[in-house]
Amino acid sequence: MTTLQAMGRPVPAWRTVLERLFRRRVVLVATVLLGWVVAVAAVWPALSSADPSAIDISARLHPPSSAHWAGTDELGRDVWLRIVHGARFSLLIGSVTAAGAVVLGTLLGLLAGYFKRLDAPLMRLVDAMMSFPDILLGIALVAILGPSLWNVVLALVIVYTPRVARVVRAATLVLRELLFIDAARALGVRTPWILWRHILPNLASPILVQLTFIFAYAILCEAGLSFLGVGVPPEIPTWGTMIAGSIDYADRALWVILYPGLAIVFTALSLQVLGDGVRDLLDPKLRKAA
Amino acid sequence: MNKSLENLRPRLEVRSLSTSFGTPEGRIQSVADVSFEIPAGQTLALVGESGSGKSVTSLSLMGLHARSARPEVAGEAWFVRRDGQRVNLLALPETEMRRLRGNEVAMVFQEPMTSLNPVLTVGEQIAESVRLHKGLDRRAALARAREMLDWVEIPAAAQRLGEYPHQLSGGMRQRVMIALAMACEPSLLIADEPTTALDVTIQAQILALMGRLQKQTGMTLLFVTHNLGVVAQYADHVAVMYAGRIVESAPVQDLFRAPSHPYTQGLLACLPGMARRQAERAGGADTALLPTGPAGRHRLVAIPGQVSSPLAPPPGCAFGPRCGHREAACELTMPELRALSGQRQSRCILSNHEVTA
Repeated sequence: MTTLQAMGRPVPAWRTVLERLFRRRVVLVATVLLGWVVAVAAVWPALSSADPSAIDISARLHPPSSAHWAGTDELGRDVWLRIVHGARFSLLIGSVTAAGAVVLGTLLGLLAGYFKRLDAPLMRLVDAMMSFPDILLGIALVAILGPSLWNVVLALVIVYTPRVARVVRAATLVLRELLFIDAARALGVRTPWILWRHILPNLASPILVQLTFIFAYAILCEAGLSFLGVGVPPEIPTWGTMIAGSIDYADRALWVILYPGLAIVFTALSLQVLGDGVRDLLDPKLRKAA
Repeated sequence: MNKSLENLRPRLEVRSLSTSFGTPEGRIQSVADVSFEIPAGQTLALVGESGSGKSVTSLSLMGLHARSARPEVAGEAWFVRRDGQRVNLLALPETEMRRLRGNEVAMVFQEPMTSLNPVLTVGEQIAESVRLHKGLDRRAALARAREMLDWVEIPAAAQRLGEYPHQLSGGMRQRVMIALAMACEPSLLIADEPTTALDVTIQAQILALMGRLQKQTGMTLLFVTHNLGVVAQYADHVAVMYAGRIVESAPVQDLFRAPSHPYTQGLLACLPGMARRQAERAGGADTALLPTGPAGRHRLVAIPGQVSSPLAPPPGCAFGPRCGHREAACELTMPELRALSGQRQSRCILSNHEVTA
């Protein structure tokens, strides 16, 4: 019934959009989980004045208890508090990296895919960047730029832009040859408008998939860089720096890496499931199947 | 500009249009020396088999060749604009051409399945062209789109407006394409095999629709097709193309009554019964030309041989190698397109004898 009602309107109402998005229960679960992570990261530090970096040597490596929900690390810092504060930085790194890489990569991919003359130069550049392993390129860039939060983000954007560019270029190459692009040109549509209005919306699913992947990868890669000591400075709590700093104590106190690890896993997983859901939502062909 | 004076001049007058494409094997002359004119409000059918250059001709007029194919277009195509100004479509700067496209010169493509953008609703796509050329806002453009859908006889237009192309059948999509092309009321519509991808009953509906729209708006129609049955019913004038050149051009009745070029004769002989009877009704074809089988029933005939390769065209008449009336002179030079009696033209050295005989 809802689809019948929605058909008459050019822009479906937000309710039907949500209904379609959450038709798959796993998407609903992922969204709730992600919303919870974001809400806790946003609200908790504002409500509680507890310092995540407060050191309490007398309470080193305490197991989870009512006082310390996720236990304490080797300096007696509260792991739960650090996860909550770290979520802010990890989510920030993930979202800014994903947004930056997607915007830059889409731009490069569109230009390379649509304009034959730009294809070879842009793609050889991209190939050159992709020939470095992610983490090595990240290490090199951070080593050059110096370890700071924003330099890590910049390095990660540079690392992930080529991936997006590749995917977008491939999809654009296919779209460019389709008749509806010719039809748009036959209507007198300008090239920039063709790119924006006719090609870009058709790229929504590959771009969204890349967006969620990169968000997750960026959190993981930041963790990796921090673990190797070339990431975010250790005094800033991110999920990566937490694992990196405490890994030596994992044999005695598993919780010091288990909980930050779980935070990474659940956040990344939720993002990918949500991304899948949004992709399905945006594909008009799948709407009919409802 | 005086209305009656405007009608005297052809809406579109193409003078020796030639198009070639660059390939690794060298330049391929796809269309050569194509000339025709269409009076305002009339229909010219450009007929030919696949690869004869009819689609290339229409794309050349629209200036829509892919740059990667390295096209070279020569000749002139004089088009009379709404304001009476006469412009050469082939020499117009791109910005000026873009203003014409979709506005005064529109095109309907062969494949309704792929010529609509799958992620935009039907309404948005029709509205786009109106917004572009008429400067209407979104709401007014959508209202216009709805009006257009009504006009091309799509039932429940208001509902269809918000649907996506995949929710429509092939015939519906072609109607949408026509609505899209007609939204700005172009004075010249180029229809590139608009019914080829549809099944026969739908073809008839679409053709009837286009005929009605033409009557209502007085638009000029360049109808590209390989379907001679369609030609007999809807065209005023026919130009037959073979290997990139027009080999015969004639008013539709004359062409079906007495085809003068051997290729056209062969094409008409290829028509199965229904289409031929239709053709006979339209023009009273000279059935003596056509071979008959047992029991007096016409046998379907095929033209022997293949179209010569555009990379190695024969020095003489392009149809020569397949022609039953071939003479020694045919192999020497390409025959000129010569005027015969009436408005007829033929590119065959024998035509004169036949017509005078």
